[in-house]
Parts: sequence; structure tokens; C-alpha cells
Amino acid sequence: MTSSNPKRHFLRGARDALPFILVIVPFALLFGVVATEAGLNVAEVMGFTVLVIAGAAQFAAVQLMTENAPTLIVILTALAVNLRMAMYSASLTPYLGSAPLWRRALVAYLMVDQAYALSQIKFELEPELTVTERFAYYIGTVVPLVPLWYSASYVGAVAGAQIPASFALDFALPITFLAMVAPALRTVAHVAAAVTSVVLALLMAWMPYGSGLLVAAIGAMIVGAQVELLMAKRATR
Amino acid sequence: MTVDHSSVWLVIFALAIGSFLIRFSFLGLIGDRPMPEWVLRHLRYTPVAVLPGLVAPLVLWPAATGGSPDPARLSAALVTLLVGYLSRNVLAAILSGAATLYGMLFLLG
Repeated sequence: MTSSNPKRHFLRGARDALPFILVIVPFALLFGVVATEAGLNVAEVMGFTVLVIAGAAQFAAVQLMTENAPTLIVILTALAVNLRMAMYSASLTPYLGSAPLWRRALVAYLMVDQAYALSQIKFELEPELTVTERFAYYIGTVVPLVPLWYSASYVGAVAGAQIPASFALDFALPITFLAMVAPALRTVAHVAAAVTSVVLALLMAWMPYGSGLLVAAIGAMIVGAQVELLMAKRATR
Repeated sequence: MTVDHSSVWLVIFALAIGSFLIRFSFLGLIGDRPMPEWVLRHLRYTPVAVLPGLVAPLVLWPAATGGSPDPARLSAALVTLLVGYLSRNVLAAILSGAATLYGMLFLLG
């Protein structure tokens, strides 16, 4: 494991990412189907998939567009869903910050939850890796995932038009989001943030154009951060 | 439910640029300087702060039933949340939620 061989780390990354194919493919298919059901054409679906390349934010944008929310609210809310990527970016910086600019730009474009999670753990456990080896590993993790993300989304978009309403696909999105959130409820602070988000969103549902959700999200982030501080204080006492 | 096509590409390009800038942010511009702890502390909660609030009205007042609560959709949501929480497995949660939804829709006609 000590040889300086980027190719080996690239292959290792690709192998580590294989199980995530089981998550990426159905999720991409579902996006294609849901977006098509919402009235997007294939080019628009692929525009989201290739240019935005962020499942949860894409689903959020499509949902708000079907509710005829103003464009600015759609953009702000979907970007808020993606704010976690700023945290990923910050935590990868010590490991990849000295790579050439084009490589850092490529890492940024390809930053998906799975690549981040695998790479962060790998870099932490093997601090002796060179920056080139780290980059090779990171690219390795996205190689099995991103092409399938594109193609499954395309298949979903083409097939989506043929799915009848009795399949209750309106509920595919809530189920997908709940499935993503549930495993993230790791601490009291996460649960407190989620509960705040639900309560505020329901209380603010009267606010125009989905702007209540932004208020709920900001309130929930503050509650999460404050509960975390409180718990940390209690733990050190 | 249909979308307004005039704004779709505007949304796509704005999200493409915005998402890239969020991802590039620290990696590209801040370099090796550390981030203030309070910023990180808030960013940690963005997924659990946004997604539950987005889903809650869709679960309680689904448009497909004209906005009235629906037992099939409510139980599918509960099962998804429970399986996801206990198994920590996104795919298992989606599949059991979908199975519950279709099972209930079939039983309730």
C-alpha cells in the first residue's frame, strides 16, 4: 500500500464506489421520470442532470416549479439544499487544496455525496497519500457513478412519459427525500433541526410562493447549531 | 402539474453556476485557510433543515388527493422514515416506502 501509483488508487476508488451504483441508478431514473411527469422535455431533464448534477437540489427545483413558485425562490431553495457541498468543499481543502486549479475545478464539478464520503474517510485514514494519489482516488470514485447518473436519468426521462397516473409517482419525491433525511438524523441536534423545519414549514405554509420554506430552513439551521453547542457544553461539564 | 417552460433553462443555468460555486468555494478560493467554526456549525444542518420542511406539506396535504390527508401516503412516509432511521440505508428506505404506498393503495382501492 506504500507504492506511489495514482493508477492503483484510481482503481481502488472505482472499486470502493461500486455499491453506490445501487443508489445512483434508481435515484437518477426517478429524477428522469418525476421531471418528465412535471412537464420537462428530455433536453431540460438532461440539462439538470449534466449541468447541475445534484439529485436532491434538482428534485427540489422541479417540485417548486410545479407549484409555480417564482424563479428566484426556486433557485434560492434548490441552492440551499446544496449548501452542504460548501461543507464538503471546506473539508476536502486540506487534502486537495494544493492541486492545480483545473483539477480542483474538476473535483468541484464532480462533488457528489458518495465521492465526498469515500474520499474524506480515505484521506483521513491514509495521510501519507500524495495530492496526485488523492486526486486519482477521488476521480476513481466518480467513474462508476457519474456516467450512470447521466444515462439512467435519460432512460427515466424517455420512459417517464409512458407511466400512467395510477402509479402515484407524485409521492416518489417525498419518499426519496425522507429516505435521504432519515439516516442523517444522527444526533439530538439533527433531530431538533428536522423537527423545527417541519413545524415552521407547516406554520409558514401561508407565506406566498414557497418563501415559508426558506424561513423554516434558516430557523432550523440556527436551532441545529444552537442545540449542538448546548450538547457540547453539557458533555464537557 | 406543469411547469412554465420560459423559466426552466434560467433555473438550470442559475443552479449549474450556483452549485458549482458552492462546491468550488473553499477548495478553489479559500485554499488552506480554515473556516470559522460557526459557519461550519450551521452548514452541517442544511440537509436536515431544508428537506423535512419541503416534504411535510406534501405528506400531509398531497395534491393528488386534492390536499386532504391520505392514509396510504401518510403510512408510506412513516415507514420510509422509520426504515431509513433504523437501517441507515437509503435504498432500503425507498423500497419499503414504495412497497407500503402500493400495498395501501391496493388494499384501500
